[in-house]
Amino acid sequence: MARGSVVIESAHLRTLILTLQREGYQVIGPTVRDGSIVYAELSSDGDLPVGWTDEQEAGHYRLRRRDDQAVFGYAVGPHSWKRFLLPSPFVLWRARRTADGVLEETPPADAPRYAFLGVRSCDLHAIRVLDRIVLAGTAVDPIYAHRREQAFIVTVQCANFAPRTCFCVSMGTGPRATAGYDLALTELLEPGAHRFVVEIGSERGANLLAHVPHRPARAADLRAAEQAIARTATQMGRRLDTNGLKAALYANLEHPRWNDVAERCLTCGNCTMVCPTCFCFSVEDRTDLSGNVTERVRQFDVCFTTAFTYTAGTSHRHSARARYRQWVLHKLATWVDQFGTFGCVGCGRCITWCPVGIDITEEAAVLSSRRGAGAEDT
Amino acid sequence: MPRRARPKLAVWKFASCDGCQLTLLDCEDELLAIADRFHIAYFLEASSATVRGPYDLSLVEGSITTPEEVERIHAIRRHSRVLVAMGACATAGGIQALRNFADVAEFKRIVYASPEYIRTLERSLPASAFVPVDYELPGCPPSKEAVLELLTAFLQGRKPRIPQHSVCIDCKRHGITCVMVAEGTPCLGPVTRTGCGALCPRYRRGCYGCFGPMETPNTTSLNTWFTQQLGIQETRLLPLYRSFNAAAPAFAAVALGISAAHVNERSGNELPFASKVERARDDG
Ligand code: SF4
Ligand code: SF4
Ligand code: SF4
Repeated sequence: MARGSVVIESAHLRTLILTLQREGYQVIGPTVRDGSIVYAELSSDGDLPVGWTDEQEAGHYRLRRRDDQAVFGYAVGPHSWKRFLLPSPFVLWRARRTADGVLEETPPADAPRYAFLGVRSCDLHAIRVLDRIVLAGTAVDPIYAHRREQAFIVTVQCANFAPRTCFCVSMGTGPRATAGYDLALTELLEPGAHRFVVEIGSERGANLLAHVPHRPARAADLRAAEQAIARTATQMGRRLDTNGLKAALYANLEHPRWNDVAERCLTCGNCTMVCPTCFCFSVEDRTDLSGNVTERVRQFDVCFTTAFTYTAGTSHRHSARARYRQWVLHKLATWVDQFGTFGCVGCGRCITWCPVGIDITEEAAVLSSRRGAGAEDT
Repeated sequence: MPRRARPKLAVWKFASCDGCQLTLLDCEDELLAIADRFHIAYFLEASSATVRGPYDLSLVEGSITTPEEVERIHAIRRHSRVLVAMGACATAGGIQALRNFADVAEFKRIVYASPEYIRTLERSLPASAFVPVDYELPGCPPSKEAVLELLTAFLQGRKPRIPQHSVCIDCKRHGITCVMVAEGTPCLGPVTRTGCGALCPRYRRGCYGCFGPMETPNTTSLNTWFTQQLGIQETRLLPLYRSFNAAAPAFAAVALGISAAHVNERSGNELPFASKVERARDDG
């Protein structure tokens, strides 16, 4: 929960980034690259997408110029934080056989201490979903755990743009972030008073702010921030009715819509790759020609390939229908049974980055609409 | 010296541009290790010294286009323990398989002063059309990594990893922004087999389909998106699919469907080249 709020002038975003770097963090944040806003290492505030926004629709993304100097006036892009928390490909270990037959092992490289700048509310929830999967329980993933523990999180509250493919309001994951950050910025674009309201979420956050010029937040600042976020909430481009969704999907395993979507689905795997919670990976052993060096590599895998279910000489999900159904059912139904939460946080990435614009909210609405469709569908 | 006898490696050329063989020669850092582990028994592009068969591993480059080549691929198969078709020509017929969609007799008449000297098959075909093939390495050319993986797997007696999924998955693994979604550039990546490391999207081009159809290519859906959302004329899709893997069944079927639907319009050969299609934007 917030430990109070302060205000920093827009010019001091630079100081915030510099301070993080001085504290030994590698600062990762939004930047324009090849026609979209991606997450990459920032050398300074100059790398941020100032004055840019995005236009998103199903299967469509365009960078557009804004007529102001907003730093965070856009929705999420194709990257998510799992790129850094679950690096892929990742060499788990490498071993070399020496001349006398002894195996010499090289452990994985040290992880950088990340500071994530610009983590939206949906993505904070996505990280929480990943926490439940790879941190809770008996099998803790040390690669994730280490990066996650170290990461300094600067959230940005969603404001100053109209989200087209987002549906965080439906999923209860945004647009306002209420916990899970060290600092949370809300950008206020008033003419002549471009500033950030900063909510302090942790002691680490408070300590860092000691190095960044700021003043106490006034009631008017807080009110303006709340209004900006509330406006975003009313502008959601998508919605998904989650009431009874799981049961409805389970009841509709033979719904004819699965065939319909399968005709459109390319089984290309873009949706799972951009999803901030899709965590499946495969592990390969790679060897060199000499047979003396071997490495075990982990990388993201995708339930849309036939190799994903290849067992005992065959794949078990041959049709596009079976594979799309697996994905949607996992996101919106079986995930709930497995991890006690939806596997979807409503970020809209899969909608935007599907090359043929398949929209999970549209599909789920139809697929959950006619219960017990199986009977008439054989 | 290695403890065991080194397996005998042979590299064969059929109708092709030599690019696949060059990929092997391009393994500069690994060439010594390859020569150390394999007995390079037949590889004319590297050495004119040859050793008679049988061979443990034969890499076949190029498509089968003449009656002599039919005999030769059978002979090679007989003398090879493991036979691998390498590259788009050997696995799908290559760019020269464009002839499969035209009248070869007419080509001969137009191109050659004395066509009676030309003995050629009606179609350019992959090795697998004539002999059993153990593995197919796709690509025009296959990547160096894929060739090394094949050789390594052979030495270790395991199956090589030859992924069959879309280019898109590797685009995303590399953090490349999708050229189709973000720029409206038509891209064959969703229906094309991975293996190139998403080379073209990395340089902001649409995928040309060098590695041929992926495991379950849904060209119908992709083409619908090309025409309806990106505003590309259907006839302009033809050159997209008519390239290095034109005769791969999934791509050939698309192109045949398109040309059949536009049979009274201009012929495929006169259509604008794929690069022009690539530049098509949906901005308008
Ligand atoms: S399923 Fe789609 S909308 Fe939901 S979290 Fe994943 S990418 Fe975002
Ligand atoms: S839903 Fe879209 S992004 Fe996902 S596999 Fe199908 S076509 Fe690709
Ligand atoms: S650029 Fe092409 S290959 Fe890459 S994700 Fe987009 S459609 Fe797929």
